[in-house]
Amino acid sequence: MNRFFDNRNVLGLIFMLPAAALLLVFLTYPLALGTWLGFTDARIGRAGHWIGLENFSMLVQDSVARLSLFNTLFYTVVASTIKFALGLWLALLLNRNLPFKSFFRAIVLLPFIVPTALSAIAFWWIYDAQFSVVSWALERMGLIHRYIDFLGDPWNARLSTIAANIWRGVPFVAICLLAGLQTIPPSLYEAAALDGATPWQRFRHVTLPLLTPIIAVVMTFSVLFTFTDFQLIYVLTRGGPLNATHLMATLSFQRAIPGGNLGEGAALATLMIPFLLAAILFSYFGLQRRKWQQGARD
Amino acid sequence: MASVHIRNVHKYFGGTHVIRGVDIDIADGEFAVLVGPSGCGKSTLLRMVAGLEEISGGEIEIGGRVVNAIPPKERDIAMVFQNYALYPHMKVRDNMAFSLLLAKRPRSEIDSRVAKAASILGLGELLDRYPRQLSGGQRQRVAMGRAIVRDPQVFLFDEPLSNLDAKLRVAMRTEIKELHQRLKTTSVYVTHDQIEAMTMADQIVVMRDGVVEQRGKPLELYDHPANLFVAGFIGSPAMNFLPAKLRRAGDRAEVELADGARVPVPRDAAGEDGLPVIFGARPEHLSLAGAESGLAAEVVVVEPTGADTQVFAKIGGTDVTAVFRERHEFRAGEPIRLAPDHERTHLFDAASGKSLRT
Repeated sequence: MNRFFDNRNVLGLIFMLPAAALLLVFLTYPLALGTWLGFTDARIGRAGHWIGLENFSMLVQDSVARLSLFNTLFYTVVASTIKFALGLWLALLLNRNLPFKSFFRAIVLLPFIVPTALSAIAFWWIYDAQFSVVSWALERMGLIHRYIDFLGDPWNARLSTIAANIWRGVPFVAICLLAGLQTIPPSLYEAAALDGATPWQRFRHVTLPLLTPIIAVVMTFSVLFTFTDFQLIYVLTRGGPLNATHLMATLSFQRAIPGGNLGEGAALATLMIPFLLAAILFSYFGLQRRKWQQGARD
Repeated sequence: MASVHIRNVHKYFGGTHVIRGVDIDIADGEFAVLVGPSGCGKSTLLRMVAGLEEISGGEIEIGGRVVNAIPPKERDIAMVFQNYALYPHMKVRDNMAFSLLLAKRPRSEIDSRVAKAASILGLGELLDRYPRQLSGGQRQRVAMGRAIVRDPQVFLFDEPLSNLDAKLRVAMRTEIKELHQRLKTTSVYVTHDQIEAMTMADQIVVMRDGVVEQRGKPLELYDHPANLFVAGFIGSPAMNFLPAKLRRAGDRAEVELADGARVPVPRDAAGEDGLPVIFGARPEHLSLAGAESGLAAEVVVVEPTGADTQVFAKIGGTDVTAVFRERHEFRAGEPIRLAPDHERTHLFDAASGKSLRT
């Protein structure tokens, strides 16, 4: 018996069990159940029957579902692009020798550590039709004459939710890119300066190429988080007005829980998987380790 | 080609005064080595010449042009860094071509200049490799290649060999010297290794605590060190120092060691009778003497290296080293007598450390 437990493989298996059990129970099982539900007509309080692709074919013809796909793509592309640009800019600023450097770095992280639901409620007030501080300020400055209906108009609502998402997501991008910037040895910049590179050329030929591996990782995560966003939308607009801000995640919840159509909601959630997979594969193949990062002779 | 003049240069880092009034003149085509212990300011001075550090006071002139306010890229210099600072994402070829590319040189010229530099340094085979795929010595050579493709007025080397192993360091030392003899570009080379300084330099500048202790040709510094610091820093193994008093009788000058033994010193030694001095003799200028001459010493350790024999001994209570070309066998504790070569001994004022030989 003792010799059995001394075996490296047996021991390894035993140590792996808790982690494997957690993953199986909380990750694999829900994912499998969700996917399975998508192929059934389950409703709340009633176990479903296998109905094949019926949910999916219905969703493809459903204009609201198609709108939610458009919203999700628009939301993800616009928010991620701006988060990347702002995050990179912030990281470059914070990488300089500013006074109170660590203080500013801590401040930048704030939006990230505040619970999303709380910051969403703050944005709800900022975007309020009657009490919006933004409208108030703009009116006082004489720039507008009527309060902006941030969340009542479809395009305003889309852009407003994107702005809130950007505010929340920039710190993550900025701090990760800052960590990446700090791995670049200062002597490379000095060598480039002696080689005659302008600040822009130093950024273009030294910073950016050396940062690509980290950009790839950070932006993959950023895209995944944004694509699956739920909390912000649910607190701010619940998908309205006229479903203009419904993302696939919020619509799926809407259909499944308040609407009771578990099967349909699950099918919609399952439809997100191909997009997420595509994002992961893109970063895996397109931005995998460059040749120059690899060690001597491969 | 250009001369470099450093005039009364100062550098402050916050409140710390790290370079305290340095004057150095480097002639066109000269190979100057700044040497000193770590923290003496030699690298800072080099970075000031490069334009990577601001000049707090004084001026630096390269090729007849005061460069205090001129940015690095317009100074027409190239620098080899201690950690090579090769761009990891560029192939060797692109690393070397980068500065020419930025200067918008035509492609054909870039190619020919890179090819020429590569052939000088034997890098032809490696042009399509990434820095990570090279050994330390190869990277060092690429860093030099990157400097020479530009054909600058001045080369700056910041401890370029200190990341290499001992054997490679010696080989690269020769290679750099050979390169300089070939290109004849004015070079400023920083190192903490006095052997590198001695073997490579036309002019050595010994620095300590932000000031120049002495500058001159390598053998000048070896033969006539201006003070105790330079005497102890240049030469390996280091010079032996024995505390003593100067004794004068007529035109004879001698030193009297702590145990009363007397040794004659060169005539040109200045100083009055009774002056406390430090008597200096290089290990290679001590020889074995008969019973009546020389200084009584006691052997501590003997290290035969094959080419020569190093003997560590004690004279009075002071440790001394002697190097003999001949092979000797001594037991630990054995009494021997060591005679300094009088004309090649040194004498320093015990209080100021300055040389008393004129």
